[in-house]
Amino acid sequence: MKQDSYAVILVHSTNHALRVQDVLGKNGIAAKLVPVPRQLSSDCGVCVRVNRIDKETTASVLSATGLETDGLYDI
Amino acid sequence: MIYFDNAATSWPKPPCVTEAMVRFMTDIGANPGRAAHRPANRAAGIVYDARKAAAELFHLSDPLRVVFTCNVTEALNCVINGMLHPGDHVITGGMEHNAMMRPLRRTGETGVEVTVVPCTAEGGLDVSSIVNALRPSTALIALNHASNVVGTLLPIAEIGRIARANNTLLLVDTAQTAGAVPVDMEADCIDLCAFTGHKSLYGPTGTGGLVIGERVELSRLAPLKRGGTGSRSEQELQPDFLPDKYESGTLNVVGLAGLEAGIRWVMNRGIHAIRDHEMNLTSKLIEGLSGIPGVTLYGGSDARRRIPAVSFNIEGMEPSEAGLRLDEEYSLMCRVGLHCSPAAHRTIGTFPRGTIRFGMGVFNTLAEVDTAVQAVACLAREKG
Repeated sequence: MKQDSYAVILVHSTNHALRVQDVLGKNGIAAKLVPVPRQLSSDCGVCVRVNRIDKETTASVLSATGLETDGLYDI
Repeated sequence: MIYFDNAATSWPKPPCVTEAMVRFMTDIGANPGRAAHRPANRAAGIVYDARKAAAELFHLSDPLRVVFTCNVTEALNCVINGMLHPGDHVITGGMEHNAMMRPLRRTGETGVEVTVVPCTAEGGLDVSSIVNALRPSTALIALNHASNVVGTLLPIAEIGRIARANNTLLLVDTAQTAGAVPVDMEADCIDLCAFTGHKSLYGPTGTGGLVIGERVELSRLAPLKRGGTGSRSEQELQPDFLPDKYESGTLNVVGLAGLEAGIRWVMNRGIHAIRDHEMNLTSKLIEGLSGIPGVTLYGGSDARRRIPAVSFNIEGMEPSEAGLRLDEEYSLMCRVGLHCSPAAHRTIGTFPRGTIRFGMGVFNTLAEVDTAVQAVACLAREKG
């Protein structure tokens, strides 16, 4: 079975993750809080996961709203 | 029982507040921001919802500018201790609670210059006295929104505009007003809004916060405490971003669940509707008490310029005796004495005796006001 592909947004803290999830949700993008993948960061917190198909829209929403993040990565 | 001690803490609380707290304790219980499992994320979501509710209440668009503290005192201490340095000048007023006055006096001992602008005998403040007190070194104007002793509202928006025009910041203690009177950080030009959750927001004790406006430079505001935040765990230095910089240690999540429910309850009911009801109670109480021979009322008589905290004295009776008798003989709960506000009592001329304070809230009724006025009339008649 083919594994789903996702992108994740790394953020400063859980508080920022919730803010990003909230704003993405308002723009019709389903986003989920998941543990930060080890290959991306050693931080113990959470990041926001979106479907890879929504990656471009996500990038434009993030840049339009000026939300502070630590980057958007494929996983 | 008549509960007239809402200025100390509101009671009863709306059922939704207790329900939200029980729901967290029974169904979730996890630590927000310390793990990424589902209950932890739900706990973090509760805290975030509380931030959104508070941001909405104070008219701020970014919920991350809401920092939670255990009460308004901690929020005031955060600003006063974290922002003022020797040589800085701060302006406050003659009606302040010790939550403001004690930390300010402490900074005064370390070289911060503190100007206490006198207030009128009714607890009001002449805005020109603020203008006259300004100096190039004025880093902060720090005032309550309404006095906890006589309920007098200060012209915060006017003072906020003066602060902006003079490139200084305004810190407002909204302990008595958040939820009872509209507070709009943008329109009122408030830079730092300290609030409590357990009074007119009808949340539980142990909740409060500091809302930090965009004019505040975070690099100039040191945190009161440092520690674990669940973020930047690889670093041994405190994060420099909001809200984590000012929120070390596990938050009072069960309390914040209740606070969020309380704020939503207040907003659904409508602050203007609450304000109208409380002004009616205040008008009726002032009218009733002022007709009793031997009763001295403090503060102005116009309910539009005050919140429903009304102070008075009965001739020939100590406030402590009145408080005990109102409780035991009339089942009326109020607060007597100095209300942690020696400066305010000096201003209105009731230091060190203090006053009897009736603090009303949204659940009080006009009928209760009638009963309370009758009770005071009986006590006053005995002494007359």
